[in-house]
Amino acid sequence: MGDSDYSFSLTTFSPSGKLVQIEYALNAVAAGATSLGIRAKNGVVIATEKRMPSILMESHTLEKISFLSDTTGMVYSGMGPDSRVLLRKARKFAQTYYQTYKEPMPVVQLVRETAFVMQEFTQSGGVRPFGVSLLIAGYDEQGPHLYQVDPSGSFFAWKASAIGKNMVNAKTFLEKRYSDDMEIEDAIHTAILTLKEGFEGQITEYNIEIGQVTDNQKFKVLTPLEVKDYLGEVE
Amino acid sequence: MGDSILTYNGGCVLAMAGHNCVAIAADRRFGVQQTTIGTDTTRIFKINDRLMLGLTGLRTDVTTLYNRFVQRLNLYRLREEREIKPSSFSNMVASTLYSRRFSPYFVEPVVAGLTEKGEPYLCAQDLLGAPLFANDFVVSGTCAESLYGTSETFWKPDLSPAELFEVTSQSLLAAVDRDCLSGWGAVVHMITLDGIETRLLKARMD
Repeated sequence: MGDSDYSFSLTTFSPSGKLVQIEYALNAVAAGATSLGIRAKNGVVIATEKRMPSILMESHTLEKISFLSDTTGMVYSGMGPDSRVLLRKARKFAQTYYQTYKEPMPVVQLVRETAFVMQEFTQSGGVRPFGVSLLIAGYDEQGPHLYQVDPSGSFFAWKASAIGKNMVNAKTFLEKRYSDDMEIEDAIHTAILTLKEGFEGQITEYNIEIGQVTDNQKFKVLTPLEVKDYLGEVE
Repeated sequence: MGDSILTYNGGCVLAMAGHNCVAIAADRRFGVQQTTIGTDTTRIFKINDRLMLGLTGLRTDVTTLYNRFVQRLNLYRLREEREIKPSSFSNMVASTLYSRRFSPYFVEPVVAGLTEKGEPYLCAQDLLGAPLFANDFVVSGTCAESLYGTSETFWKPDLSPAELFEVTSQSLLAAVDRDCLSGWGAVVHMITLDGIETRLLKARMD
């Protein structure tokens, strides 16, 4: 980066003390499809709308919820390609940790490293911030965790949160519905109901994606059949 | 006499498992081939209240590696806000050694500790980080072969801390007395859930 003509940072302060590029990145996130996560007593669930631009698209090839490691998964709102770069780096962090310590990487550490990468791209030459917010869900020795990471690199732990287009309404809905002694099954139902609130059109098992991790510490993405069952229960 | 860089300075370490306890012991000699130049060397280092690391081999690498581990562990403690598990530490040691696969650290470490549940954890590695896990005992150093012999003879399962101390001490002394590159004093650390107790043994000073 030092040799190029763009060795200066493109992300610069405005007179009011804001980093405008980050604000705009957050706009890119807010334009993206809604994603949400809920932390229950015995696990975490993350869910997202799969907005397909055309019915000709193969919906099962678009994976918005991805594995970071056996115990952790993530979902994004915003620019898909940007999320894939972070996904790759996060997976590498998790594997490198495991190689060194033969222990699954604690969720907060993984979040911290990923957030650090995102911050680097707000203070380096010739790059722009990532146009995604991530919801990272994992289960480690400290229990279930749900973290949100923003384009600025700040990260927050949440009991329940939503990002993307419908986040304001979704968060209000979650505030009302959340309780500390929720079990994972309740959390999945609540997640579906929350997605339903802002959903344009008919919700089916092909246009939403749900991921969960419970105290068996294995993250999994629900199959369309499993999603269909939950949708049926929620009706 | 310097047929191997690993025997240049001399020294040995033995670690044994008992019932909810481990003992790790070493001699105290520091030599330059046949000449003894130190009798108060530390080759067993405390990692935390439940975990100790013994390092035999080239003295300069022992010191350097120990300092590297201290550095990494301090960072680990700051980031993770907890103490490292014996298995994780052992793996970290192995990774560190293998990272120098083609220009190795001339040390052969022994990791001895108790898991959170109080179960003994023993691991010995060669200079490239190949681990050897055992439920009974692990050895390292210039008289490793002798240590295998004495330990095999004296060890039995489920020894109490007092019995384990006796068995470890006798196994170490018997082996060390037949090795000209080890000896000149001995130290034994007993690790139990209550903490670490260190004792110096009265040994032949030759």
